[in-house]
Amino acid sequence: MGARPVEDLHLVSLTKAFGDMVAVDDLTLTIPAGSFFALLGASGCGKTTTLRMIAGLEDPTSGSIRIGEQDVTGLKAYRRPVNTVFQSYALFPHLDIFENVAFGLRRRRVKNIKPKVNAMLELVQLGPMARRKPSQLSGGQQQRVAVARALINEPDVLLLDEPLGALDLKLRRQMQIELKRIQTEVGTTFVHVTHDQEEAMTMADTVAVMNAGRIEQLGHPAEIYELPRSAFVANFLGQSNLIEGQRQDDGDMVTVVAHGVAFRLLRSRNAAAGGSVIVGVRPEKITVVDAADAARVPDGHNQVAGTVTDVSYSGVSTQYLIRARWGQELIVFEQNVIVGDRCDVGDEVVMHWAPEHSFGLDGSQDVYAGVEPAVLELEAAQ
Amino acid sequence: MRWLRRNLVGIIGILVLVYLFVPIAVVIALSFNKPAGKFNISWNQFSADAWTNLCGVPGVCSSFVTSIQIGIISTLIATVMGTLIAFALVRYRFRGRSTTNLLIFLPMATPEVVMGSSLLALFLNLRFPLGAVTVAIAHIMFIISFVVVTVKARLQGMDPRLEEAARDLYASPRATFRYVTFPLVLPGIIGAALLGFSLSFDDFIISFFNAGTLVTFPIFIWGAAQRGIPPQVNALATIVFLAALAIVLIAQVVSYRRRRALQGA
Repeated sequence: MGARPVEDLHLVSLTKAFGDMVAVDDLTLTIPAGSFFALLGASGCGKTTTLRMIAGLEDPTSGSIRIGEQDVTGLKAYRRPVNTVFQSYALFPHLDIFENVAFGLRRRRVKNIKPKVNAMLELVQLGPMARRKPSQLSGGQQQRVAVARALINEPDVLLLDEPLGALDLKLRRQMQIELKRIQTEVGTTFVHVTHDQEEAMTMADTVAVMNAGRIEQLGHPAEIYELPRSAFVANFLGQSNLIEGQRQDDGDMVTVVAHGVAFRLLRSRNAAAGGSVIVGVRPEKITVVDAADAARVPDGHNQVAGTVTDVSYSGVSTQYLIRARWGQELIVFEQNVIVGDRCDVGDEVVMHWAPEHSFGLDGSQDVYAGVEPAVLELEAAQ
Repeated sequence: MRWLRRNLVGIIGILVLVYLFVPIAVVIALSFNKPAGKFNISWNQFSADAWTNLCGVPGVCSSFVTSIQIGIISTLIATVMGTLIAFALVRYRFRGRSTTNLLIFLPMATPEVVMGSSLLALFLNLRFPLGAVTVAIAHIMFIISFVVVTVKARLQGMDPRLEEAARDLYASPRATFRYVTFPLVLPGIIGAALLGFSLSFDDFIISFFNAGTLVTFPIFIWGAAQRGIPPQVNALATIVFLAALAIVLIAQVVSYRRRRALQGA
């Protein structure tokens, strides 16, 4: 496998409209050869449509798709060097596992199929299942058949459409590691579409967060997580505390005043051009101290006083909801490394974090963009 | 009293089964009868004559063969046409599609007497000679509706992603049809064909209007009923019944095996 050099996948001004609805909006993107690339977004953001256009199952309204130097935009799905692992697998129910995996090779009249199929079934650890029918396999096994059936054709690009969506949580973790192992082994470019931010971050080298047909931010998972450039990304990828304020003065640091509190952040971490800025901080970056110990807060740290409204203990960490003076509730994760008392509901506390951990976003955005609707409803109910 | 209450459902069940199977049992029993007079109605004496001399009565076997021939030919033609219509209705958007959908049901809804007499009027007006061809044309007409309905349901129930997966795996449109679509729809087509054949074999009213001098098996029985039905008819009916039973049993065994294989996994 991998005798042929794999090539970069280029999407150039790719657009797809269904009537008035623009599903994918002028998307330009290069996916490096051999990378594990995740397209992350909520349902309806255009990620699946993008995948289907790469597969050739959907024609773009405009724009082009290239693999290396070859333009494949007009190429029929069955002539593209691209294979797909479908959501819910779409295994052929009337064929056994061997024939499912052999399907692509048979259609291309490849000679000497048997050893290839057997080797592929070994790779996904399904050797003994060759003569079973898909309905006789468990969800995880079916998933591996779907991967084998696509990979055996040695595609330039393997597309995965929510491949783990039908599995339960434990199996999903297992398959994440499994898929990553297979990808490392074969070296093929994987393009993985998912709405699960944790899945995208653990598996992919590069994550592209999609929203309303466009890519909001693209980069290494840690890079996007640590420095989100829009409210949508800050909320959709993990959780964030976002506080709306006005820019005061610019020294080495940008100072933003919100609700009478001054917050400082690094100039390089501020994405806002204008005067209104959203100050953001991830929940695990915040430290909580008792109000009586406010003097222990290091100099220069951003700090917010508040009252604990909710404590939920989850083993590794404890999640606090703390209401600031102006009424907004901030989320804080604390590692359970401290022996002794944790805060209780009703405690007066001070939250603080280093300026390096703040990020600034353009103030014209909706601070709730990208928050799960269920969470919003909960907040509205309170 | 309490016993009755506890077993009421079972008793009613047995009575219904008796109700369903007594007529068939009578038909089979009378195939072994040696009728006393003209009519094979009351039990006289055991005899295997009807079975050893199946074609002993003039016309009985030839009408049986005629019905089978017409059944096979009209089923074949109707199944091919009906399957194509079902594909067109499910897969393509065209003008008059919903009207066609509606019209397809019409032959099923029309009373057979009306359809038979109208067809006769049509054939007479066209001076088309009545016979096997006109009977077959009539049969094809009403079988098509059943085929379209059955195959359509099967096609609509098919996951469209299976065909996309085939295309994704280098299957041209033709190969996709041959290796994925057709094998998946086939059980529906076979079911439709079996139903079509039994409808054709069984049909009396429409056939009677359009047969001319042709004698199908139902027409033969109807004619014979005036003079007394020979036990050979019972024997042939028993054969048809057993054949149908065999088909049902085979289908059951196949699906049972498949289910057991699934559970064994």
